[in-house]
This record gives sequence, C-alpha cells and structure tokens, in this order.
Amino acid sequence: MASRRFDLFLILPLAIFTLAFLILPLARLAVEAGSGPQGLAGFFAILTEARFRNSLIVTLALAIVTTVATLTVATIAAQTLAGRQFPGRGLLLSMLTFPLAFPGVVVGFMIILFGGRLGLVGSVSKSLFGTNVVFAYSLFGLFLGYLYFSVPRVLLTILAAAEKLDPALVEAARSLGASPFAIQRDVVLPALFPAMYTGGALCFATAMGAFGTAFTLATTIDVTPMLIYTEFTLSTNANMAAAISIALGLITWAVLAIARSRAMHDAKGA
Amino acid sequence: MRQWTSFAGIAITALLALFLVVPVLLSVYAGLTVNYARGFSAGFTLEWVRQVWELYADTVWRSLVVALLTLMLTLLIGVPGAYALVRNGGRFARAVEEIVTLPVAVPGLALALALILSYGGFGAFRQSTLFVVVGHVLFTLPFMMRSVIAVFDTIDWRTLDEGAASLGSPVWRRFIDVILPNVRPGIVAGALTVVTLSIGEFNLTWMMHTPMTKTLPVGLADAYASMRLEIASAYTIVFLIMVIPLLIGLQTIAGLTEKRTKS
Repeated sequence: MASRRFDLFLILPLAIFTLAFLILPLARLAVEAGSGPQGLAGFFAILTEARFRNSLIVTLALAIVTTVATLTVATIAAQTLAGRQFPGRGLLLSMLTFPLAFPGVVVGFMIILFGGRLGLVGSVSKSLFGTNVVFAYSLFGLFLGYLYFSVPRVLLTILAAAEKLDPALVEAARSLGASPFAIQRDVVLPALFPAMYTGGALCFATAMGAFGTAFTLATTIDVTPMLIYTEFTLSTNANMAAAISIALGLITWAVLAIARSRAMHDAKGA
Repeated sequence: MRQWTSFAGIAITALLALFLVVPVLLSVYAGLTVNYARGFSAGFTLEWVRQVWELYADTVWRSLVVALLTLMLTLLIGVPGAYALVRNGGRFARAVEEIVTLPVAVPGLALALALILSYGGFGAFRQSTLFVVVGHVLFTLPFMMRSVIAVFDTIDWRTLDEGAASLGSPVWRRFIDVILPNVRPGIVAGALTVVTLSIGEFNLTWMMHTPMTKTLPVGLADAYASMRLEIASAYTIVFLIMVIPLLIGLQTIAGLTEKRTKS
C-alpha cells in the first residue's frame, strides 16, 4: 500500500505538468483551429489555399532533400571515423558535433557569413573571378543551413552504430571479392539501417518544424513554420495559425509513419 | 579500389568538418575585427564585445536564470517520473513516455501557440520569465527522462532496491539513498543536455517572449536583423563562450561512461 502511494507521489509532478502544459494546450489549439470562419474546413486550408499549399510543397521538398543529403554525408563520415584511430580524432569529432547546440538563428548567421553579401565564398570568388557569389538568401542557402544543423545529430546516431559493426564482416566480404558498392549494399548499410532510420526521422521532423534559420536568412521563400508565425503575429489570425500548425504536425507524423512501415517492410524482405 | 573509396571518405569528412567550423571561426574573427569589410589591415578590438555587453547583458543573465530554473524543474519532474515509468513498465508507461516525448516531434511554434492560446489570459504569468521557463521545461523534459531511463536500463535497479528493502529501508529512503546515486551519470548527462538546449532554444521562446523576457537567442535574432555584422558576430562569441564549456562537459561524460562500460 505504501508502495502504491509512493508510485503516485513519483508520477504526480509529471502528470500535473503534462496535463496542464501539454495536453490541455494542444486540445485548446485544436479547438482554436476548428473555430475559425471556415470552421473545420480550416484544417484543410493548407491543401486548398494555393499560398499555403505551395509553402507546404517547398517545406516538404526541403525536408526530404535535407534528410537524404544528411544521411548520405553522415553515413560516409561515420564509416570513415569508425574504427580509425589517428591523432586529433577527438578534436575532429568535437568539430563535427558541436553545432548541435546552435539555435536555428545562429545557423542562419553562419550561412550568411559563408555565402552572404560579405560572405567567405563571395569574397573568394570576387578576388578570383571578379564576381561576388551570393547564395545565402536563396533556397540553396536555406538547404545549407538545414544541412548544417542536421549533420551533427545524425552523425552521432550513425557513428554509434558504425562503431558496433564488426570489421571482420567487411573483411570477409572483401576477401570473397565483393566490390565496395556490393559491400555497402549487402553488409554495411543493412547493419546501419536502424540508426539511419532513427537519425533520418529526427532530421526530417526537425527540418519540417525549423523556423530560426529561415527567420535569420529572411528569404522570400515561405517555409510553413514561417507562415504560421506571420499568420499569428502579422495577420493576427490565430485560427489559421493553429490549423496550419496542426496540419503540419499531422503531415510530419504521417510521412514518418509511411517511412516506418516501408522500413519494416524492407527489413522483412531482406 | 579500396584506397580510392577510403580517400573519398576522408575527403568528404574533412570538407564536412570545414563546412561546420569555418563559419564559426569567421564569426569569432568578425566579432574581433575593427572593420570586417576592410579585413586584417584594420586591426583587432574588443570594442564590439563591450558594446554587446552594454546592449544585451540582461539577455545573458536571463538565459542563465531560465536555464537553471528549467534544470530544477526537469530534475523535480523528470527524475521521479522516469523512476515511476521504469517501476511500473507495461503499456501504460509506454503511452506516458510517448506523450511526454511529443514536444520533440511537434513543431516548437505549434507548442508555443498552444501555450499562448491557453495561458495568454493570465497576464502576470504570461508576462513573467516563468512562462518562458514552462516552454523550456516542456521541450527539454523528454531529454532528461530519456537520459535517466537509459541508465535504468543498464543497471539492475530492482535487485538493488530489494536488497535495501530486505534490510528494512522504507521505499522513499531507498529512492534517495540507493536509486538516485546509481542513476547519477544519467542525471548529470541529462542536466547538461537540458541546460545546453535551454540556452539555445529559439522556436518556442521567440513566440513566447515579451519585451521584458528576452533570452539570449531572441537577442541574437534581434542583433542579426538590425545590428552591424561586427556586433552580431561579437554577440555570437558571447553565445559560444556560454555553450562550449557545456558541450565539453557532455563529451567528457560520454567518454567516461564509455570507458566504464568497456572495463
């Protein structure tokens, strides 16, 4: 009996906090979204209104391309780092992972320093070819920003898996005459797959909700989180902002669910 | 063939490291130069850092206060909560964990909007720093709980608990004297993660802050939009000085636990 009461005592703060600041507010958000002038149709505005739909398409494409690019470079880097000992390895690893703590706004600023009007690439290209190459405020700049904050997280996840991979398996495949491509396809990638899935899902969800980077770059490209912000603050349209947020959350969740079922299917097939 | 692939791997890894580090070095350099556009020849100065301190010192202190309050609350809520979930297990515990982890997947803006719509009417609370703290706790709690639960999964806490129980120790005493010391690595790693995330949090804070409750990243966004490049860079240096020690701490702990599990 004392143990039951103790369990209750342990979970009570968590229960109160979650109820008051997560469950009730999310319910309130759903009510707000459904009580606009369009009623429940507001939920579908993200698909029916051209401005919202275009923003959703750009955001989805950006998130997918970011996820694929991040997984590719992170998997290559993780295999390069795993099982290799060399001086400065710890330092290199810190360099690759410390942007983890940067908020999106700082990442945006890094891209401005890299490819903005006074940026590094621009000044190098100016002295070499006489033209100032500026890409920070374009879709490409936004993509680089997303890559910047995604790589560290995904790399850590995949590196942990790559270090557990038995090098003898790769060695065996190689001595049997498998090409590097075949080794990747048949030995390495299947072993890294769970970590790649986890990392990719996190990367995709973060990219869908990212706001700070687009905010700092102040591009003309409206990613959906930017749209939520402008709807709420500039148009003071809380109903629409709430409806888009919920739609964005659900679409993110749905894409992840599809990816998960495909992943399960592939894993079974292999 | 083998050499070709590993050479490409090394090249890509090196490029990646440069891509991540060079802009950071540029911002440190830009924050210390007299004039960024004129380059090295203009010389170096701490004047921009001084100006940043004059303009934005309050955001630095507020971020520290918010981070510490967030840490206290995640400890008080998350650690007992994690123990409760581990003790009970089963479908209910998994469902609770799913719900608590929701803020990782839900866009920060949506959470902030939900909180503002629900508590915007409570003027004093809405305008206090505590409102921002609530947002940060919501966002960081899953990380604290996961970190603690991960340690619970590697130790045989049930045997430890039963051992102490057979010696007549009451359940709450066992929690304090036996369980807590054993999950300390998880608590420390979780605490560092929480503080790091809180200091860098922008998505929620940008929506939730008032002119009186600006945190460091909010100030940074302000500086990036309206200040000259040198001041924006100097402010970024201040941010780096705050987070780099935390990151080194996190990595040291990760290294220590790795060594301990290996030996």
